[in-house]
Amino acid sequence: MKRFKGVTLLAVLALLVAACGGSTSESAAPSGDEKPAGWLEALGAAEGELNLIIWPGYAERGEYEGFNWVDPFEAETGCKVNVTAMTDSNNGVQLLQSGQYDGGSFSGDASVRLMTAGDVAPVNVDLLSNYAAVFSGLKNQAHNSKDGMPYGVPHGRGPNLLMWNTDVVTTAPTSWDAVWDGTAAVNGKISIYDSSIYIADAAIHLMAKRPELGIKNPYQLNEEQFAAAIDLLEKQRDLGVIYWGSYADQVAGFASGDLVIGTTWQFMANVLGGDTTAPKVETVMPAEGSTGWSDTWMMATKAANPNCMYLWMNHMMSAEANGQATVFFGEAATSEAACDYAETIAPGHCELTHASDEAYWESIWYRTTPREDCDDADAATTCKTQDDWVEAWTTLRGN
Amino acid sequence: MVESLLVRAVLRIFTGAVMVFIYLPLVILAVYAFNASPLGGWPPSGFTLDWFGEAAGSPAIRDALANSLTVATISTLLALILGTLAALAMQRYSFFGKNAISFLFVLPIALPGVVTGISLQSSFKLFGIDLGLHTIVIAHATFCVVVAYNNVVARLRRLPRSPEEASADLGADSWMTFRRITLPGMRTALLSGGLLAFALSFDEVIVTLFAAGPGTRTLPIWVFSELQRSYQLPVVNVVALLLVLVSVIPVWVAQRIGGGEITRGGR
Amino acid sequence: MIRRITGWFNRHPRATLGALLAGPLGWISIVYLGSLLILLMHAFWSKDSFTGKVEPFNWTLDAFAQIFSNPVYFTIAARTIGIALLVTIAAAAIALPVAYYMARIASPRKRALLLVAVTMPLWASYLVKIYAWRTILQTNGLLGWAISPFGLEGPGLTEIANSWLVLTYLWLPYMILPVYAGLERIPNSLLEASADLGGRGWITFRRVIFPQLIPALAAGSIFTFSLSIGDYIVPDLVSDAKFIGNVIYDNSALGSFPVAAAFSFVPIIVMIGYLLFARRLGAFESL
Repeated sequence: MKRFKGVTLLAVLALLVAACGGSTSESAAPSGDEKPAGWLEALGAAEGELNLIIWPGYAERGEYEGFNWVDPFEAETGCKVNVTAMTDSNNGVQLLQSGQYDGGSFSGDASVRLMTAGDVAPVNVDLLSNYAAVFSGLKNQAHNSKDGMPYGVPHGRGPNLLMWNTDVVTTAPTSWDAVWDGTAAVNGKISIYDSSIYIADAAIHLMAKRPELGIKNPYQLNEEQFAAAIDLLEKQRDLGVIYWGSYADQVAGFASGDLVIGTTWQFMANVLGGDTTAPKVETVMPAEGSTGWSDTWMMATKAANPNCMYLWMNHMMSAEANGQATVFFGEAATSEAACDYAETIAPGHCELTHASDEAYWESIWYRTTPREDCDDADAATTCKTQDDWVEAWTTLRGN
Repeated sequence: MVESLLVRAVLRIFTGAVMVFIYLPLVILAVYAFNASPLGGWPPSGFTLDWFGEAAGSPAIRDALANSLTVATISTLLALILGTLAALAMQRYSFFGKNAISFLFVLPIALPGVVTGISLQSSFKLFGIDLGLHTIVIAHATFCVVVAYNNVVARLRRLPRSPEEASADLGADSWMTFRRITLPGMRTALLSGGLLAFALSFDEVIVTLFAAGPGTRTLPIWVFSELQRSYQLPVVNVVALLLVLVSVIPVWVAQRIGGGEITRGGR
Repeated sequence: MIRRITGWFNRHPRATLGALLAGPLGWISIVYLGSLLILLMHAFWSKDSFTGKVEPFNWTLDAFAQIFSNPVYFTIAARTIGIALLVTIAAAAIALPVAYYMARIASPRKRALLLVAVTMPLWASYLVKIYAWRTILQTNGLLGWAISPFGLEGPGLTEIANSWLVLTYLWLPYMILPVYAGLERIPNSLLEASADLGGRGWITFRRVIFPQLIPALAAGSIFTFSLSIGDYIVPDLVSDAKFIGNVIYDNSALGSFPVAAAFSFVPIIVMIGYLLFARRLGAFESL
């Protein structure tokens, strides 16, 4: 009996030492001989191929109005770029975990999972000449770094906006109420993002309408808050919602008049605005604030083409590539240089998208993954998990 | 003439209506290949030939087409070989478990493509097999076997054994008999089975999505990813239209040679 | 040399049988059955709840517990099977008259033309055909435009009836062709005899023709039923309902792989049951 106690005590002490020892390192580069998996000490020769998981619109080759930042990259580096578009972040995680890709552009609700699971590697930013110029507000954030080490480079950030057809919705809405309460004009024609992460948007509406629920973070919801959100979503669904998985479906819906109001990214408004036969649409960031996303290019730990991936990451932080990409998508650029370039193709772009206005981003809730421990200091709170979110969404959509 | 005039008239009109039903979407497809606006609303907004130019100049389409042709050809050949072997075995011999085996051959085509797709994908992943053209061929050959098998079995059933017996009597060994007598007799079945298998593989998208690697796009995968980009609908329609027009040729040829047998004994 | 080998095979028919079957049977068993078994094993494995990664050989019934505890899965399964049956019935109802016309009434030239016409759509891209239907079925689509004089509106892309329509459209040739082949096989003499015996059109059809067509109908129904039960692209694009295929695809694409694998049992069991039933009706000889 005594011997067991002693052994147990030793084991507990050993564990404590190990746990404490791990968290003291603060340097950006890994110390000592122990390099994390996927770490690149120096850039080698380009491998000739690059397989990426992207959000649609993040790797354009000139099919649309001459926006092209892929062909110049291929010509310069010799890395042939193959892309697969993900439908939502959950899909993106799955794709990366399949082991067939070198990396991708991930939003916060994917990136944290990938970093935790060790599927993506920390990035040696000393090898990336364009990294220094990136806005400091995008560096070393919770969604793109772990233990003080950057795990990727920013592509851009943006909010989820409210969009409406100006012919049908004649008074410009200023609040999300328009999609939650419904009106005769819009019922049956509401466009909502088809992903479990949208539950957070319901939570944001509840934060404004039902403060007694005490929601502090729309991505970390306890039993009661979650139930209220689902209830709200069911009411919305019953108003008549058409959920969009691919942005092309939303654009087609607005163009044909099947959709008149909904949640969107600036990108779709741009596409609709660019087509003279489509109805006129407007977007707004509602008063309650919104969910948003900050996307990061990350490299898979087991990437087959790490050098090409590093070259790509550097390329996407360059002024021309980032300027073009962010103007195309309607999102905020990641550096002053990119903003200057963006001015030449779309004057006022950086102003409009609040690229360097950090105060603006305070009101945006970046996508992140729901965690059981609620991602807060209070050990007593438990929240719904990612699994719960996905299952609830499946139930909502299946009925 | 067994049927009354009224019945004949009604059936003729009904068939005509069904043909309109069948070809309506194909006409829409053709019309939208010329539509000025890429967004696909009704009615079409204008006429343009721009999309044809874009399709002609696209290396992505050329690569996807090349991949599709390669995959379909290899899968069809594999399916024909495996299907013929199986048909010879099942038609010429009786043995225990025959029913179970014929059931087994139908499964890959009878069970949903999404199930086949995720099974193959998780197995490839488990054994660390990289996804690429070879994995697509494996997937396609698997569900094409039954097409070849059905056609050959149906043909073998109707093939008289006497020429083969005569050949053996005259001193030919089994391989020569097979090559000179049986194989020619199966020609139409091989052609029709091969054509159907080729068509199946060429247009397959669900299983292919799971079996394809990031760099290997077949034409259906190209169609699938382009349809998720708003402004690509017309180019996709152009490609689809050209494919339909081009495929009249093999279908008509097969129809002439097979004399109606193309439709018998297979999908 | 070849003579000696083939001679040996001639004297050992069982070895010949084995050699013939080894290739195809081996392939199907290893590639298909093997991978299917691996999938079904995933249904019994656990997964990390945060990262979504499957933990192989960690046996658990969690996935099944999730499916059985949530009534939506039953709703979805029932909905899918219902639509698949409706599609089969509609396809058969359309195919019978058309195939009859083609086989027994049309002139040989027309018959050849119709055969080509019915087979052609199989070569048009499956995805593009569905998108063409979207253009037709949108609220302001072709259909809406055509019926607007009557004060009606197009169905829009949320009606589950759209799925029924488009699925019937897609699989129609797979029902017409076997039924046509079946009708062709009925000898004229049989029909004349029936007419001579006083059977008027409908009775001849019901008593003589239809029973002969049951294997062909069963064969066609295997395709219409199985293709409908597993499809997830059509319901996604033309309706807002979720089918069995959507549950499997969504769960596999979004990281709940054990649930996708567990739910796969549903279409597998349903299809095996259907195949056994169809086989009894003689479908396998008419495929």
